[in-house]
Amino acid sequence: MTGPPEPTPSQTVGPFFAFGLPFDGGGDVVPPGTAGAISLHGTVRDGNGAPVPDALLEFWQAGPDGRLPTRGGSMARDGRTFTGFARVPTDRAGDYTVRTLRPAPVAGSTEAPHLAVTVFARGLLFHLFTRVYFPNHTEANAADPLLSSLPPERAATLIAVPDGWFGGPGYRFDIRMQGAGETVFLDLTGDGAQRSSTIDGAGPA
Amino acid sequence: MTAAIREAATAPPQRGGHPDRAYAPYRSTALRAPSQPLVVASPSLVERTAPVFGAADVAPIDADLTQHSTGEPLGERIVVTGRVLDAAGRPVRHQLVEVWQANAAGRYRHDGDLHPAPLDPHFVGGGRCLTDDDGRYRFVTIKPGAYPWRNHHNAWRPAHIHFSLFGTAFTQRLVTQMYFPGDQLFALDPIFSSVTDEKAQQRLIARYDHDTTVAEWALGYQWDIVLDGPGATPPDPDEV
Repeated sequence: MTGPPEPTPSQTVGPFFAFGLPFDGGGDVVPPGTAGAISLHGTVRDGNGAPVPDALLEFWQAGPDGRLPTRGGSMARDGRTFTGFARVPTDRAGDYTVRTLRPAPVAGSTEAPHLAVTVFARGLLFHLFTRVYFPNHTEANAADPLLSSLPPERAATLIAVPDGWFGGPGYRFDIRMQGAGETVFLDLTGDGAQRSSTIDGAGPA
Repeated sequence: MTAAIREAATAPPQRGGHPDRAYAPYRSTALRAPSQPLVVASPSLVERTAPVFGAADVAPIDADLTQHSTGEPLGERIVVTGRVLDAAGRPVRHQLVEVWQANAAGRYRHDGDLHPAPLDPHFVGGGRCLTDDDGRYRFVTIKPGAYPWRNHHNAWRPAHIHFSLFGTAFTQRLVTQMYFPGDQLFALDPIFSSVTDEKAQQRLIARYDHDTTVAEWALGYQWDIVLDGPGATPPDPDEV
């Protein structure tokens, strides 16, 4: 008898994904001019604080009705169905921008409204998960199982900062991959068995 | 480099055979691996579902990388196929698989690729498809070449195809690389070797399969992919 199959290991996205993964309008979850659209933008930085010009970010979220999209078309986007999925490479300055709608709470969820985020980059052998929360959900954020478990200064790395732009309301969400102000990255494997990585080898091997 | 790879290989393997993000022989990890431990969190309802792709997102020709130009690309034509499975061994159906790769000479169609090997006017190198009812994907392409990079003196990447996969939950997301059997560069390559467990390394290598080979046309490789991480919750009847 054989058990469940063993996972395929991760490998880095490398530096040359530009013609493989990004697609036109990948950051436009909703078309320009959509009522209630927000800009979510920021800069990805490395352990020295230098911008990361070759990262790729993905976002996945519920819509303003609190429902998770279940229809295809996440890349083609028909312009009327909310797909909840964005994929954006960072530019030469390490910046990214997504145009989307604020998520509403998902029915039955204990979490405050958030976007799930995946970070890929050259030099990153295994992607990182994080979340974007919004500052206006004060009560829901205080009750959120993740945010409430973190020291305030670490929880703050997951909360977007209001930052208007010329098109209306916006939020800044910077990602620090390492070092001072490092973004909280998540182990979502469920069993808590995934080992942490340390840069100096002094932590759990 | 082989000494550095050997030394790093003595660290206990990571769960699932995945690489340690702070893997010193691959220099670019130095400033990009988090220094804080990951925070263990229960996947949210958002993370227990996944982006949805469908017929509108993928054209059949997207899976044939030899048909993306006006002429035939140079190199060894191959078929690469396999199944995408979840951690329980269930097929991941109707989900997006994306690939990108160098051409037969080991050159990417990318401004940042400075390798003085020729670009092929008839090869771009990106493809995508949806898995079928059995979780199967299939690409027709050209066998990519090995290429040099600047991680260390005389560094070469073994031939590989980059793969991007989604599961039924955001937690199952995977980006990885598929290698070809018998490559002499494996032990010299810090990216392949960042997977330190030998059995896990084998899971990155496709298998030559004569039944997949198409007579008088293309050699065939089989490579199954198993996604890690918790799967989706059962679908809500209202949503189906």
